[in-house]
Amino acid sequence: MIIASVLTTNLAILVLAGFIGFVVISKVPNTLHTPLMSGTNAIHGIVVLGGLLVIGLSGNDAFNKIILVIAIAFGTINVVGGFLVTDRMLEMFKSKPKSGGDDEGKSS
Amino acid sequence: MSLPLASSFLQDESFLDVLYIIAFALFIQGLRGLSGPTTAVRGNRIAAVGMAIAVIATLLNPSEGNWGLIVIGVVIGTAVGIPAARNVKMTAMPQMVALFNGVGGGAVFLIAWAEFRRHGSTYGAHTVHVSTGPFSSLTITGGAAPTYIAIFSVFAAIVGSVSFWGSNIAFGKLQEILPGRPITFGRAQQWVNLLLLVLALAAGIDLVAGAHSELVFVGMLICAALLGNAVVLPIGGADMPVVISMLNAFTGLSAAATGIALNNTALIVAGMIVGASGTILTNLMAVAMNRSIPSIIAGGFGGGGVTEGASGAGEHAGTVRSTTASDAAIQLAYANRVVIVPGYGMAVAQAQHAVRELTKELEKRQVEVSYAIHPVAGRMPGHMNVLLAEADVPYDQLKEMEEANPEFQRTDVSLVIGANDVTNPAAKNTPSSPIYGMPILEVSDSHSVIVIKRSMNPGFAGIENELYYDPKTEMLFGDAKSAVSEITAELANI
Repeated sequence: MIIASVLTTNLAILVLAGFIGFVVISKVPNTLHTPLMSGTNAIHGIVVLGGLLVIGLSGNDAFNKIILVIAIAFGTINVVGGFLVTDRMLEMFKSKPKSGGDDEGKSS
Repeated sequence: MSLPLASSFLQDESFLDVLYIIAFALFIQGLRGLSGPTTAVRGNRIAAVGMAIAVIATLLNPSEGNWGLIVIGVVIGTAVGIPAARNVKMTAMPQMVALFNGVGGGAVFLIAWAEFRRHGSTYGAHTVHVSTGPFSSLTITGGAAPTYIAIFSVFAAIVGSVSFWGSNIAFGKLQEILPGRPITFGRAQQWVNLLLLVLALAAGIDLVAGAHSELVFVGMLICAALLGNAVVLPIGGADMPVVISMLNAFTGLSAAATGIALNNTALIVAGMIVGASGTILTNLMAVAMNRSIPSIIAGGFGGGGVTEGASGAGEHAGTVRSTTASDAAIQLAYANRVVIVPGYGMAVAQAQHAVRELTKELEKRQVEVSYAIHPVAGRMPGHMNVLLAEADVPYDQLKEMEEANPEFQRTDVSLVIGANDVTNPAAKNTPSSPIYGMPILEVSDSHSVIVIKRSMNPGFAGIENELYYDPKTEMLFGDAKSAVSEITAELANI
């Protein structure tokens, strides 16, 4: 019983998350697709949590510890690099005072 | 429920679950923010805050340990990630995304591997290991076996490995470490892919059924790795956006599977949202290129139909007129309205700053300038926008295809810089053309067209562009950057 409910609850979350992802993201204009790809790319760096969780559990031998440290490093690169690079890209879309002076009224 | 006295509320499971809920709510809110240019920066930062909360919640977990190793991993990751993200050129963005995606996939399969090794004989069928909450697991004797943990973990291992190797190949191709042209095994290609997939799945099923053999697990990882290589190697450099987007979706799905195996809601939600978004993006890109995802995966552009179309278009009897930078400058200087159509060639030549200079010069002469952006111009959707934004082009000068097309009729000069297939009228007029039906920028509607291009070589679709034979089109042959700079210099003399 308990097993079934854990699995089915998680599957329900999985399906709902899929639909939310679909609805939220289908509204993004073409022009922002590269930053969006980069942003979602950063979000799946959340696998770093998996590495952090498993390394804390018992039963890890030396080899496991090595691959988990690599996994955590990989996940961290994915998260930190992903968000930073997306931020850099998006900063460029912000209107700059020197060039966008006469267009300000329209956008704000 | 009574808690041990030592544990504070900070380590209460429900509290940590609430932190996870806050984290994924922030992810969703952040992605919503990414839907507009004005809210996008904030959206990305909101998602980053969500990530920080999720990491803190995980570290508060009472069973957390091995702090030294965690610090080592995080420090290495930060030391590599920050400089890479800071220093990458905007034109190199696609390969950077591919690389970050790859390491994510790498983390997924390594975690799955570690889980397999940790579980030992309790992995797969007959296992009695049950996770009861995000942070605790207990072992009960007897009862039904949660085989699903092995199923999702094996899925994550296969998909993560495919994504890791595929992304690295994509990076290699875009960075031009590997040749950009398709590398195929010829006709055997699809059979090789199928065989590798079947082998990986067979090993996975064997593991789920209770084969406690590390040899089988490693064999599975190797098959998946070869599959990742075999799928991406045959794909031409220009098709990479679709592939990177697909691999991005794969990594997301594998993260979600890891979440189910580890019973972690934050992983499930975040991974699945990325899986869904990557799938949509992949589809959008494939539609914009008039291609189906299976045909891209089945092997490089240039299957049967395309060659046929190419030979047909090759018979074109029209002549090509070429022009000089000074003539082009005069034409532009006396136009009322100019539309710039940037493409892959502009990105390769890194000509965006030169283009911006040209625009400034034209604007001084009261010429109205805008940019028409095809959804798949460049190497990724929106890639042109990022490049032009880097060169300080105001966002509202960038017109999307739907907005730009009706405007061409009242445009004096269209300046096509390194764009090819996305301007080919054959997509509208020639039903036999392989790109027939692909949405294009209707450049040929404008009064005159200047095309800056290195040579008459066809674009990645491998077909002739009818636009170049149009009597109102003039070709300016040369590197995009130097050609644009020459025009700007000539403008100053007028």
